[in-house]
Amino acid sequence: MKLIFEKSVPGRHSSLLPACDVPAYELPEMRQEPLDLPELCENDVSRHYTQLCQRVHGVNCGFYPLGSCTMKYNPRIDEEMAALPGFTNIHPLAPAASVEGCREVLELAAKYLCEISGMDGMTFQPAAGAHGEFTGVLLIKQYHASRGDTARTKIIVPDSAHGTNPATAAMCGYDVVNVASAPDGCVDLDALKAVLGPDIAGLMLTNPNTVGIFDKNILEITRLVHECGGLCYYDGANLNAVMGHVRPGDMGFDCIHMNLHKTFATPHGGGGPGAGAVGCKDFLKKFLPKSALMEGEGSIQVRGFAGNFLVVVRALAYLMTLGKEGVPEASTNAVLNANYLMEKIKGTFTPAFDRVCMHEFVLDLSEFKKETGVSALDVAKTLIDNGMHPPTMYFPLIVHEALMLEPTETESRETLDEAAEIFRKLYDLAHKDPEYMHNAPHHAQIGRPDEVGAARNPIVRWTRA
Amino acid sequence: MGSYVPGTQAEREQMLKAIGMEREEQLYADVPEQMLLREPLDIPSGMSELEVRNRMMELAEKNRLYKTILRGAGAYDHFIPSIVKYVPAKEEFLTAYTPYQAEMSQGILQSIFEYQTMICQLTGMDASNASVYDGATAAAEAAAMCRDRKRTVTLVSAAVHPDAINTIRTYCYGSNTELRIVPCKDGKTDMDALKEMLTPDVASLVLQQPNFFGQLEDAKAIGEAVHAAKAMFILSCDPLSLSILPTPKELGADVMVGEGQCLGLPIAWGGPYLGIMATLSKHIRKLPGRIVGETTDDADNKAYVLSLQAREQHIRREKASSNICSNEALCALTAGLYMAAMGPEGMKEAARQTTAKAHYLQTELCKLEGVSLKYKGEFYQEFVTVMPKRDCVLAALEEAGILGGLPMGENEILWCATEKNTRAELDRTVAIVKEVLAK
Repeated sequence: MKLIFEKSVPGRHSSLLPACDVPAYELPEMRQEPLDLPELCENDVSRHYTQLCQRVHGVNCGFYPLGSCTMKYNPRIDEEMAALPGFTNIHPLAPAASVEGCREVLELAAKYLCEISGMDGMTFQPAAGAHGEFTGVLLIKQYHASRGDTARTKIIVPDSAHGTNPATAAMCGYDVVNVASAPDGCVDLDALKAVLGPDIAGLMLTNPNTVGIFDKNILEITRLVHECGGLCYYDGANLNAVMGHVRPGDMGFDCIHMNLHKTFATPHGGGGPGAGAVGCKDFLKKFLPKSALMEGEGSIQVRGFAGNFLVVVRALAYLMTLGKEGVPEASTNAVLNANYLMEKIKGTFTPAFDRVCMHEFVLDLSEFKKETGVSALDVAKTLIDNGMHPPTMYFPLIVHEALMLEPTETESRETLDEAAEIFRKLYDLAHKDPEYMHNAPHHAQIGRPDEVGAARNPIVRWTRA
Repeated sequence: MGSYVPGTQAEREQMLKAIGMEREEQLYADVPEQMLLREPLDIPSGMSELEVRNRMMELAEKNRLYKTILRGAGAYDHFIPSIVKYVPAKEEFLTAYTPYQAEMSQGILQSIFEYQTMICQLTGMDASNASVYDGATAAAEAAAMCRDRKRTVTLVSAAVHPDAINTIRTYCYGSNTELRIVPCKDGKTDMDALKEMLTPDVASLVLQQPNFFGQLEDAKAIGEAVHAAKAMFILSCDPLSLSILPTPKELGADVMVGEGQCLGLPIAWGGPYLGIMATLSKHIRKLPGRIVGETTDDADNKAYVLSLQAREQHIRREKASSNICSNEALCALTAGLYMAAMGPEGMKEAARQTTAKAHYLQTELCKLEGVSLKYKGEFYQEFVTVMPKRDCVLAALEEAGILGGLPMGENEILWCATEKNTRAELDRTVAIVKEVLAK
């Protein structure tokens, strides 16, 4: 389809602003370069974006079992509430007495999320999960600094962790100590003990881990880290498995981020805006970030003002809807759906770990690839032709030819049955016609794109011919 | 209670049976007994949609809506065309994830490619990323992008937005690098002080144009001084103003950053906003965050993909240029949509009217006895006044449904106007100020 620039017609426009009712003011220095933006009428713009949206697969279009991303249904009521003028038209620097509703939104959301996570304090300033990690690790950094403990220069990250964990530790000035996982994807206690010492600032961990298994040794893990003087950070990417059943705070974690755009049903928007609420235990509260302009200087700050407020509004509406009964029910059904789908797929593709999983599971296609020559990538691309968004591919790194599936609680049994049927079909197809799968997708918006060419010769903008 | 779980009780029992279980508790068999919650969560019971709507509306009604907003300081109440509110609510845009699978995400990818192009056209720069969190984090990421082994110090003008300064300071604290503040003189960055501070360890200077006090900096000369010291010049701009003001490219910036909220996003008590980052071709591989590139598919058709991923955390892990993955994609789509809906003439008109209204308000206020202008330099949209009874003035305006400028210092106000403010509103504001001062 054409780019919006290719639809531009010189002189075309919409009538949006009235004539200026005050004298014009001539600024002394003006832009010299012409402003080459598209010239369109409103109908052109509307049709263009409608065409674009027809080339997008969202959760509302179909199954989206993208592991680790918790692609659950995004309720419409949450959208409607976030569009209320009483939230959208409020200036962040309006007097405190005029924004009591906004403050109450944050207070209620903090209260509910502290209860769910087992934490004592919370900030909504971080704008995404990785941003929450950055904030959380800075809490750890400030804590050690406040005690004059400057020898702690390392953060432990298991090799099964999300790539953001080591990247975050590095942004916070720490050296990363990678610890190999045990064969079941859980933390290898001996490997952990071997690296613990007075130079360890903390550990970043998600539980259930990235292969979808709850680490039974979690209390021992956090105890060992604390014993050596380090703190424990919980990556909330997998919180959807355990809400209302077990709390990161009770597992021994000191701080945590929660992805409101995963676990608490706010939409991903094609890559944001999200919100990475960061919670912490009492002793870390004094290190939480604040806005210099809204609350005064002297604290850390990770972005302007109070964070992605409208995302918090959506999450609060979601929490109010589910309540104390619905929150654990969501997790139970996320785990049930994952186990049901895994069970249905078994017999064709092989789970990396043949045991009860939590909210997600990983398929290991390495044997299958040896047999058929068809890779995890080929399977993923063929799924596209079947109207399903592929699972997360080649993650975690500890499983080769990995496909990671997270169905979430909002999918029906029919959807899971259909998905399992599609997997079965592809399994058979791989044995009959692997070539077809190497070249998939065949019926999508585009065929496989040349990513290497894109990186070698970057074209990152349109230019007028 | 509300629920979005489709399974009926009967279905759930059948599904449990299918996985060889009898009770739901068995799903959590791996969780050590002593950790399992025995009591229900201490949060209220769930509610129906109707009840949630009523409760949330009560909260929204506790906030005060002002008829007139004359406060900016980082959040600008500009006109937003209706279409800009409707399109981003399309469920496909709203509910998609990051476009990892290009074959089923061409719509999102193309919208970002178009956004990146528009940002380049607006700023004169060569390449834009797909967005970062907001203007403050854009500045902090830009500072990180400019550092190398020898040059580690970031200079920041004292006239940069306080939240941006504090955010850059925090990112520097994270990376164990130093931040130094360049002082101001008469509301602008002090050129003499800057020249002395441009030592060989300085990686970059962050300057804001117009600055926090609304003043237009002598950005070109400052950029030349920065380059003479072989440091990088990071310019934080108001993107809407760039439709009429000199572009960062024209002013010599190496990296342009900005808060994109003024491009069609509501002020929304501070977020979500949009972090804009653009740079020159030679620095593109240092740019953090997602970047969409054009390529071809296996049948040689044009295609868009997430590109240059070798910079990013999921490949580079601790060696990545940043840990960012989720950004503000839907806000970037909204900004692109805003620029398309307004068109080049609409944007210029919005910027021209913004500056006209701000100057009208300033002129009329300063005609009043006792009111003076704090900084005398050229400004675009914001200016600082000094007047007696400052707090009484703001209180009287509030009573009339007008959110006056931001109080600063002892008796200063940082005012802001946009194209949305009518002459009648501005006249009424001036009349109220006059009345209070006359008392």
